[in-house]
Amino acid sequence: MTVQDTQAATAPEAAAAEVPMVVAQRVRKRFGQLEVLRGIDLEVGRGEVVVLLGPSGSGKSTFLRCINHLEQIDAGSIHVEGRLIGFRRSGERVHHLRPREVTRQRRDIGMVFQHFNLFPHQTVLENVIEAPVGVLGLSKAEARKTAMELLTRVGLAEKAASYPRQLSGGQQQRVAIARALAMRPKLMLFDEPTSALDPELVGEVLATMRDLARDGLTMLVVTHEIGFAKEVADRVVFMDDGQVLETGTPQEVLDSPANPRTRAFLSRFL
Amino acid sequence: MATTQPPATRDDPGKAELPPGAVPVVDVAGASPVRHPLRWLAVLLLAVLGAQLVHFLVTNPHFEWGTVGAYFGAQVIGQGIVTTVELTAIAMLIGIAGGVLVAVGRMSENRVLSTVCGAYVWFFRGIPVLVQLVFWYNLSALLPRISFGVPFGPEFISGHTNTLITPWLAAILGLGLNEAAYMAEIVRGGLLGVDQGQTEAAAALGMGRARILRRVILPQAMRFIIPPTGSQVINMLKATSLVSVLALADLLYTVQSIYNRTFETIPLLIVACLWYLVMTSVLYVGQSFIERYYARGATRHAPQGFWNFALFRRRPDAPSPAADSPLAKEET
Repeated sequence: MTVQDTQAATAPEAAAAEVPMVVAQRVRKRFGQLEVLRGIDLEVGRGEVVVLLGPSGSGKSTFLRCINHLEQIDAGSIHVEGRLIGFRRSGERVHHLRPREVTRQRRDIGMVFQHFNLFPHQTVLENVIEAPVGVLGLSKAEARKTAMELLTRVGLAEKAASYPRQLSGGQQQRVAIARALAMRPKLMLFDEPTSALDPELVGEVLATMRDLARDGLTMLVVTHEIGFAKEVADRVVFMDDGQVLETGTPQEVLDSPANPRTRAFLSRFL
Repeated sequence: MATTQPPATRDDPGKAELPPGAVPVVDVAGASPVRHPLRWLAVLLLAVLGAQLVHFLVTNPHFEWGTVGAYFGAQVIGQGIVTTVELTAIAMLIGIAGGVLVAVGRMSENRVLSTVCGAYVWFFRGIPVLVQLVFWYNLSALLPRISFGVPFGPEFISGHTNTLITPWLAAILGLGLNEAAYMAEIVRGGLLGVDQGQTEAAAALGMGRARILRRVILPQAMRFIIPPTGSQVINMLKATSLVSVLALADLLYTVQSIYNRTFETIPLLIVACLWYLVMTSVLYVGQSFIERYYARGATRHAPQGFWNFALFRRRPDAPSPAADSPLAKEET
């Protein structure tokens, strides 16, 4: 995709079907003195699974959090399904969106966190139906039905009445995935979903994610699981020091990296 | 490394000739416990002091236990108790509502708002409640008339401060506004105690700020807010006795006005003490119920039901040796 296409993408609804799911253009973000994103350009197509790799501190997680506006970008732009995230254009000027409008934009973007962040005061089922009932206005019965289907899908239907702290880390993360899916997102962001897990629990979460990828869900995944990237990703993006250094198929980036820094990073996983 | 020689006897535990690197065979079952003579001495001392106290309570005629008994259930005292409870309840309600507002204001991104709310806390926490009460009571000396209307414009309602600020209102204002400052800090601490990830996860699900506060943050913050609020209620109940200086007929003022007439000072003060103890004890029990409710999901154990707690039933999954019940195992 080229810049022309992304400009077309901002045109209202017209070419909605062809617009990539995510278009990030020259995204910059700084925390005080530290510039963590230094001009990120990235596209994610519909149904594509993109894995973001890179050393810690390279800005992968920050970039992911910019996509649903948990962090506000300082420059550049991010479009999801052709909609400018966090801002509104009117003529030549760009305005900040009101909190309510940002909230609205987040509905279609699911996110899974490193530390699961399940609501500890609610049971598994309550966690999953909270947003569908409260935000989408579904009836409880309806939301429960969908929730049970999703919990069955992640293999945790029998834990519906448990509280998060009664579950293992892997189970909690699978509930978190079900909770995000309950909003029927068009895009799922995974922020190091297995980094807080004991090694023997990583597999069950990756299996769930593989299952989602097979179903054609658009996924942007920050992870250190090279094996998962190789097997599931359509595209791998290598980031370092707030910039995208290399993009390509898993074979291109993982097996024959062009950039010396990518090579240095990958050599640590051998 | 196994040892081959017979067990060492108690008399010569070290003498047995062990091959190098071997340890004697020892069984620690039935070992004699360590003695604590100082503890026993302390217990003895306390026992003597306790006996003295009982002797004092029983034999000292100035307690006038008969008089205590006669007044304990008296109707006047009952009215004083009602006033004390009323003051506590209303002042706490003002305190909690005001505290939530001030806490949210202090955490606002708006500098003016957060500074003003911070100043409120500084001001009301910095002046003794007794001084505040007296000040409210004497407000008429500063402001002879109070009116409500458009600022610098027409008045809608106005009246003399002395008729508006009754001792009761002065007490409510003094106790309530002071309490709001303390509650603001408690609420703020509770809100800050909830993991930031909770807000993020809820926001990522498309929940708005008000909904996040109400459905996600507050229920969790309650676990941090309830215990100190419980002790605030208990403190408030005791602090209401200060309003006796405003000649408001709370429990303390009621007993004072009786003993000023009859000179039965000690027995009436004991009546007041007993009633304060009864009320604070009830509050302690109530507080534990509420704490248990808000602790649900906070541990790996299922929350204990109200009746199990009320009837002192042991929770089935409590970590005690006897509780290795099938219930506990099913949970994991």
